[in-house]
Amino acid sequence: MSANTSSDNSIVLQMIDVDKHFAGVNALKKCCLNLKKGEIHGLIGENGAGKSTLAKTLAGIYQPDSGRIIFNGADIQFKSPKEAQKTGISSVHQDFKLMNHLTAAQNIFIGRESKGFVLNDNTINQETQKLFDYLKIPIYPTDKVGSLTLSKQQMIEIAKALSFVFSVLILDEPSTSLTEPEIAKLFNVIRGLKEKGIAILYISHRMEEIMEFTDRITVMRDGEIITTLNTKDTNTNEIVNAMIGHTIYEEPKAHSNIALDAPVVLEVKNLVSKDVKNVSFQLHKGEIVGFAGLIGAGRTETARLIIGADPITGGEIYRNSKLVHIKSPVDAVKAGIGYLSEDKIRLGLAAVLPVTDNVVLADLEHFSKFGVVDDKKVKAVTSEYVDKLSIKTLSINQLVRNLSGGNQQKVIIARWLVKNSDILIFDEPTKGIDVGAKEEIYKLMNKLVAAGKSIIMISSELQEILRMSDRIYCMYEGKITASVDIQEASQELIMKYITTRN
Amino acid sequence: MKESTIGKKENAAKKRFQLANLQRILALGAVVILYIFFSLFGTNFSSTTTLINILDSTYYIGFMALGVTFVIISGGIDLSIGTNMMCSALIGGYLYSVCHVPMGVSLAIIVVIATLFGLLNGFLISELKLPPFIATLGVMMVTQGFGAIITKVQTQHFPSNFDVNGWYKSVFYKTQGGFPTGAIYTGLFFLLALFVLNKTRFGRYIYAIGSNEEAVRLSGIDVAKWKTLTYTICGFFSGLSAIVYAATYTTVIPGTGNGLELKAIAAAIIGGTSLTGGIGTMFGTMIGAFLMSILNNGLMSMGFQAQYQLFFTGIVIVLAVLLDIYRSKKFLKD
Repeated sequence: MSANTSSDNSIVLQMIDVDKHFAGVNALKKCCLNLKKGEIHGLIGENGAGKSTLAKTLAGIYQPDSGRIIFNGADIQFKSPKEAQKTGISSVHQDFKLMNHLTAAQNIFIGRESKGFVLNDNTINQETQKLFDYLKIPIYPTDKVGSLTLSKQQMIEIAKALSFVFSVLILDEPSTSLTEPEIAKLFNVIRGLKEKGIAILYISHRMEEIMEFTDRITVMRDGEIITTLNTKDTNTNEIVNAMIGHTIYEEPKAHSNIALDAPVVLEVKNLVSKDVKNVSFQLHKGEIVGFAGLIGAGRTETARLIIGADPITGGEIYRNSKLVHIKSPVDAVKAGIGYLSEDKIRLGLAAVLPVTDNVVLADLEHFSKFGVVDDKKVKAVTSEYVDKLSIKTLSINQLVRNLSGGNQQKVIIARWLVKNSDILIFDEPTKGIDVGAKEEIYKLMNKLVAAGKSIIMISSELQEILRMSDRIYCMYEGKITASVDIQEASQELIMKYITTRN
Repeated sequence: MKESTIGKKENAAKKRFQLANLQRILALGAVVILYIFFSLFGTNFSSTTTLINILDSTYYIGFMALGVTFVIISGGIDLSIGTNMMCSALIGGYLYSVCHVPMGVSLAIIVVIATLFGLLNGFLISELKLPPFIATLGVMMVTQGFGAIITKVQTQHFPSNFDVNGWYKSVFYKTQGGFPTGAIYTGLFFLLALFVLNKTRFGRYIYAIGSNEEAVRLSGIDVAKWKTLTYTICGFFSGLSAIVYAATYTTVIPGTGNGLELKAIAAAIIGGTSLTGGIGTMFGTMIGAFLMSILNNGLMSMGFQAQYQLFFTGIVIVLAVLLDIYRSKKFLKD
């Protein structure tokens, strides 16, 4: 079962001893990998393991420092992604970029427009429609990409990859921003491609996916390929062990520890806005309330109403049984509510500023006298929270953009702890965070509620919902379809409520 | 063991700090090198008179540059500073010479008017949500027109040195004996700007707003209030600039002032302030202003006319931004 057996003529693409360095970091270490015709090859590993670098090296975005890449028996050296596409390697990368002001079709066929001086979009619109029909996605080729949801943009990127002629398809975390039904559709398409003899490299950190539909699985850690296994001969534990070197257990929470008479710290009654329809719910002291739903179900929109980020059309918010009028985030923060956005870099952090400024941002008035900031206090408190939450940073003066996703999340948690907010709204708390850091965030959340804080957790990962929540609200099309106690909750039940109207 | 890792951490942090300061150090180096260069090749450049000339021509651009640095760090832009400065100077001159308002009061009103126009910018941008470029472009034209309207397109004359009210020249520009008091005036407000930007809550917020406005808003901070204050302060500095402009040139001509805002913005950019917001220093801006003055005076001492000064200033701006890009790339890699 060595990756070096190149005699097998079903192998389309092979990597031998590929090395890649970035500014002193050895991102790929003597990597060997082969892809066979008609196989779905899973590539799994923690964030920073080198999966994306490997994908980009195969796709011609990066050039290897040493080693060989063999395609259909011939050595190849791609100088650009375009060369790789021409050879027959099509790819979808994690950090894809679409042009928001162009239509879906214009994005897909960028650089391949019809010939002639005057552009005619008819042809590319028809071609795009065919792709969308094939993928069964409800997008018009003439839709402006910027007006579409993240998940639809992801599907456009996938459609773009499929618009080329290819024999190898590389998909880097395609499911991250997709909803469950979309993922199901994508899997069907991938299985169809497999039938046609296409080799698929499927990168994901979602274990279920990898186990569900791959033929072989390669595990990476610290830039090295640890092992390649046949999916049917292995199990989750073996792969997780290969990924991180120790076993982690993800058991769902069995029952809620919240007393029935615990005080209600937040109550929302008949909240209405453009995207939210008559949402009512309660949050008790010390409780983690999970909000399950597909992307676009109105969970983030509900949170944004509670924190005053978007205008409320109707409904009431009660804090400790007292009616509060939240018109802007200023009011929400005053009411002790802190929001941790799913899009940390865009909506949460001042990336070019150091850890210190980001940690004290919400509470700076308590760090200054007559408008003058007490930097000693800022540093002392930041150091305290860096230790408490074990934020891994070179120093407290480090710019937050240089921290990993998990540590950036902790910086925002620290911000709300410094502000002493009693209610924390976590929107996709572990999105884009690797397995180890995930554990730490979970532990931290449990610690917070043990200390008397209350948490609203929005999550698209059912496992996360089941593991962390005391109670679960299911949302669909802007409405709450069910409130489920953790004791009665199961993946199947939640799935039913978040995919059907009540 | 633990102490050694802490030492290591501090070293790494220091290295970053040094990299972040690279552009300012280079700008400072460029100032010194240019000065030496022009001293060697220019006529009479190394004299005290030239040095004072360099200082003199730095003041009014310097004030505007300090003001606009706040705005640029907050992620905005203010195109109205040049005409706002000229407008308030014109009105001040009009009040003094036509309405016979006492000198001191006229000067105070200059600052008040400029500050109010800054407040107007802030209101248009923060409350009415106009893009800063558009709002301040409008106010740029409004101030240029307003100054001319009030003064009925008449050139305004401030009292000269020999006038009874000539005292203000000795305070804000130069004593009869030739001592550059303008340097002290500028220096004091430079220190004030430095303090406000680095040590106050306001300063911290404008860095944060420039880095990520939405994150600041979601943190429960009244972004509109702080942004309004930013533009108001920028207007205030235009007012301070107007005083030193009047003290330096004595005559103020309606319809001018256009283009000065770009010189001030250029000074900030040469000094390492990033137009994308979140990055910049007052020290850098001051160096940028000096660099432009030295370049202009130096080229003049070598016999080059104004067109050459423009030409080379343009090159310096492009080089400074290139350097900034190089620096941030290197910074990221590290």
